Amino acid sequence: MNELSEGHIVRGYDVDLAALRIKLLEMGGLVLDQVQVAVRALAGGDAAMARAVLARETAVNDYDVRIEEDTIALIARRQPMGSDLRVLISITRAVADLERVGDEAKKIARYAAEENMDHPRPALRKLARDARNMSRLALAMLRDALDAFDRMDPRAAADISRRDAELNAEFHAALRHQVSVAMEDPRRLQATVSAVFVLKSLERIGDHAKGIARHVVYLVQGRDVRHEDTAVLTGLEESAPGGGSSSDGSPPEAHDGERPADDAQRGDSRRAAS
Amino acid sequence: MNDAVAEEREKQVERPAEKQPDGNAGLNLKPSQRQPGAPAPDLRAHPGKTVGTVTVDNPVMSSRGVNVYYGDKHAIKNVDLDIGRNQVIAMIGPSGCGKSTFLRCLNRMNDTIEGARVTGAITLEGRDIYDRKQDVVQLRARVGMVFQKPNPFPKSIYDNVAYGPKIHGLASDRVELDEIVQTSLKRAGLWEEVKDRLAQPGTSLSGGQQQRLCIARTIAVNPEIILMDEPCSALDPIATARIEDLIDELRESYAIGIVTHSMQQAARVSQRTAYFHLGDLIEVGETDRIFTNPRHKLTEDYITGRFG
Repeated sequence: MNELSEGHIVRGYDVDLAALRIKLLEMGGLVLDQVQVAVRALAGGDAAMARAVLARETAVNDYDVRIEEDTIALIARRQPMGSDLRVLISITRAVADLERVGDEAKKIARYAAEENMDHPRPALRKLARDARNMSRLALAMLRDALDAFDRMDPRAAADISRRDAELNAEFHAALRHQVSVAMEDPRRLQATVSAVFVLKSLERIGDHAKGIARHVVYLVQGRDVRHEDTAVLTGLEESAPGGGSSSDGSPPEAHDGERPADDAQRGDSRRAAS
Repeated sequence: MNDAVAEEREKQVERPAEKQPDGNAGLNLKPSQRQPGAPAPDLRAHPGKTVGTVTVDNPVMSSRGVNVYYGDKHAIKNVDLDIGRNQVIAMIGPSGCGKSTFLRCLNRMNDTIEGARVTGAITLEGRDIYDRKQDVVQLRARVGMVFQKPNPFPKSIYDNVAYGPKIHGLASDRVELDEIVQTSLKRAGLWEEVKDRLAQPGTSLSGGQQQRLCIARTIAVNPEIILMDEPCSALDPIATARIEDLIDELRESYAIGIVTHSMQQAARVSQRTAYFHLGDLIEVGETDRIFTNPRHKLTEDYITGRFG
């Protein structure tokens, strides 16, 4: 079942769940902006902009706390079952990922606000360029992961995992750039170490995007794929059902969205029967 | 349902049949209710009808192709379901889905209803309970039933429990009978509360105590299965918790089938859950899976409280 089209008998339940999902997406939007602004501040050497990011970090934490509170209250009041339970668990996991992305943005902003003053110019130029490239990849991944969450689309997980491999490659290239700068001027090693932390932060954002996309697989299919490799997710991507689940209420037909092989076969037999 | 699943299911249901040592246990038996000339029951499960696994290894009770008609109304449609040893199976579904009707088939309570007709095969330890030779009183001792409203006899607490063992000749003297009464009340978690007032009427107890008295009465005749039809819906939360705790304990000695309107209760007390809808058995599975990741949309709609 890939949709929650029908409402609960208790309508307040729908309102509560929708409010939680909206809060999660709002938090996602804020976190995306935090990363974007932090990297821009870093690349432009704009300390004021970086401080704005640091000031906004409390808003990210507020979302974290509020969404968790609302989730706990909803579990206590409504005793969610089935897909509702999975939605709440997925939201909790996704919020944890977003909160950490917020922390990474904070680290980048702190570097941009304070630490790059004595950084050698060539290293800074390289760092700015690499950080921009990496952030472009990481932010696109995060945006797509949140979008997949919003649309409840488990297929994004494989694609985002592949892009994370790309991001990791960029990270290693950027590390090499920093190492070569450090070798030219060993007295500035401290600045290089700081730069490496910035790059690592961007690399971690990709991991969190990957995590969020995998929570969507759990949300929709009930399968925990957090520790599966990309190949497993690719199988899932290829067999993902095209349309939504049938809701004609006829008993003998199971809904979509279990094992990939089953889905393909079921689709075939359905066509054959009609 | 695809063919692979259908095949898988056929394999699963054929296995217990092969295990029958004498080959005819449960097969070719003629339910007393069956119309003359009606086709013999098909003992295989019906592939593709129910999602999940309806069978268990070494079941206490097996139902195959069970239909119940109340006059023209087709109340239960071709239900296959096993009840396993030392486990609780919860039967859930909206009102009128057939869950209680199905439960009542298992100890032939439907016999007493005018115009009710049961077809198909239900076996207890491999023997058809609808066989003409089956003593129904004996059957109901082996397959006990606890009802929604506690219904102690208008007798003393002692006599409520002693009545069954007496009529089934389970005790040869007063000492043995005393022992059965005491053991049964202890197992039902009621002994400490009533040991000093055994001569008082059963109806003088609180609702929760009365329900545990009814459970003690059921246990007293050494059943193999205890069926419970909404055993807690007339009780407060604390009395309910006591009964649920008791169910968990009783599971060590008996198979238990419980019909409940409370999904939370089904999730708390059972190991397997069966979801009924308009007389069809829609889905059966491990309780943990049914309540976190049901496979059928109707099950999902019901357990999440959506329109289904």
